[in-house]
Amino acid sequence: MSEPLLQVTDLAKRFDGIVATDHLSLSVAAGDLHAIIGPNGAGKTTLISQLSGQLMPDTGRIHFAGHDITGLPMYRRSRLGLARSFQITSLFLDLSVLDNVALAVQAHAGHSFRFWREARSEPELREPARAALQRVGLSERAEWPAFVLSHGEHRLIELAMALAGQPRMLLLDEPMAGLGPDESTRMVELLRALKEELTILLVEHDMEAVFALADRITVLVYGRVIASGAPANIRANAAVREAYLGEEEAGYG
Amino acid sequence: MSATFNVRNVVVRGLLIALLLLPVYVGLSGDRFVLTLFTRIIILALAATSLNLIIGNGGMMSFGHAAYLGIGGYAVGILAREGIFNGFVQWPVALGASALFALIVGALSLRTRGVHFIMITLAFAQMAYYVIAGIARYGGDDGLTIYRRSQFVAPLDLSSKTQFYYLCLALLYASIYLIWRLVNSRFGMVIQGARSNDLRMRAIGYPTYRYKLVCFVIAGTLCGLAGVLLANYTEFVSPSIMYWTRSGDLIIMVVLGGMGSVLGPLIGAVALLVLEELLSNITEYWQIILGPLLLLVVLFARGGVDGLLVKSSAKVRS
Repeated sequence: MSEPLLQVTDLAKRFDGIVATDHLSLSVAAGDLHAIIGPNGAGKTTLISQLSGQLMPDTGRIHFAGHDITGLPMYRRSRLGLARSFQITSLFLDLSVLDNVALAVQAHAGHSFRFWREARSEPELREPARAALQRVGLSERAEWPAFVLSHGEHRLIELAMALAGQPRMLLLDEPMAGLGPDESTRMVELLRALKEELTILLVEHDMEAVFALADRITVLVYGRVIASGAPANIRANAAVREAYLGEEEAGYG
Repeated sequence: MSATFNVRNVVVRGLLIALLLLPVYVGLSGDRFVLTLFTRIIILALAATSLNLIIGNGGMMSFGHAAYLGIGGYAVGILAREGIFNGFVQWPVALGASALFALIVGALSLRTRGVHFIMITLAFAQMAYYVIAGIARYGGDDGLTIYRRSQFVAPLDLSSKTQFYYLCLALLYASIYLIWRLVNSRFGMVIQGARSNDLRMRAIGYPTYRYKLVCFVIAGTLCGLAGVLLANYTEFVSPSIMYWTRSGDLIIMVVLGGMGSVLGPLIGAVALLVLEELLSNITEYWQIILGPLLLLVVLFARGGVDGLLVKSSAKVRS
């Protein structure tokens, strides 16, 4: 068992009396694809927001790659190699697809107080961006304005942007949300390839995808971890079945 | 694309060249008034160009941009009143004061967004207005006459109308070029990204506040330069130079010309002020005509006049 890349200890967050994260502890080993599942309102997105630094926890610590990142702002975490993709697609819609990804590359290429050279003709920004787009299969859309692309393609741009910074770990918030069956299959294939190179924390509703991809699964209910383990153990866990999987599986027939 | 006939390029280049040749026309026709009018247009175009950097490219809706016209103008006026006419002193002081004011306003206002941002920038500008209007030594409400334009070394002589016109034009063209470089640089990409989606920019690792603040200060300083020119042009400064309606005029020029287009504010300033001149010759109620015209542009031409030109160029090409 290797040293955990991400270590969350006793994390808690409340909003006006609602407990969103309830003394949650979690560790993600380097190289794992660790999935977080749980019913709506279980606090999955709140957890990701605290990990990425968009929200600050009330108590608890977060360690990433040996650094205590609990109090760090988003951009510092991102620079340490912790990249986040958003559940609700959050792009620069009026810029081109390539610009979107190149901005993610630029974020990791030192400070941007550079006022003279034309950024759109800098190979050190454009080439990694093109490579990331190729990775997700969007090379042909590179020069299109982002707003004309489909929802599924937006999710792929999201992923390309996360990859462009060459992160050590990806925080993926429902990458399959709203995708059609073909697009979902494509996304699963892509994540399967990515998990060979990266550590991934995946929040996802699509159980088929989760069980196909995850090395470990943690189940959240009301901000609390009710189970954590290998997919087979989670599937067999009675508490999980009752809280969550039971209804879903019934649906699958 | 440059090889094909392009309405927009023809119009824009025509305008840039016409402005260069204007003094020649004035020399031939003897129509001094045109030179005076266009000197004023060029100075206000510089102010609008600087405003466009923050509202058009940066999405920072400043409603107090005329404050920098006032600060630049009053720096010249106050120093002249105290007997300092040397431009090498006046101009750096004016630019420094504008930059400092922009730094303070930006540092506070950029922590907010939307309506709050508009109100804070407006409040600071009005504050500057009332402070200046309250200082009796510098003319208070009545303003301050400047008895001599900024002094530089020969052969540069600002009291020559033609030389002054060319100085203003050179500074405008240099600023437009500078902003064009800036907007397309790494810095400019960050500014555009922050306009488009600030939260996402922070999520991928940009401390956007700093970049926006630097952008805000650059715009304020450039507008301070326009203030310096305006004070030299009118040989007079009064608090009305920084009244909020003046900030509104600058916004109108930017919107009319085309927000975010580097040359838009120049086009907007020329269009607005020439129209104002022509209409006011026809009727004293010229605003009744100008108002609906502006409304039409805002409603039907989101990219302003420059946007219309670009669109018509696209049609010609196809």
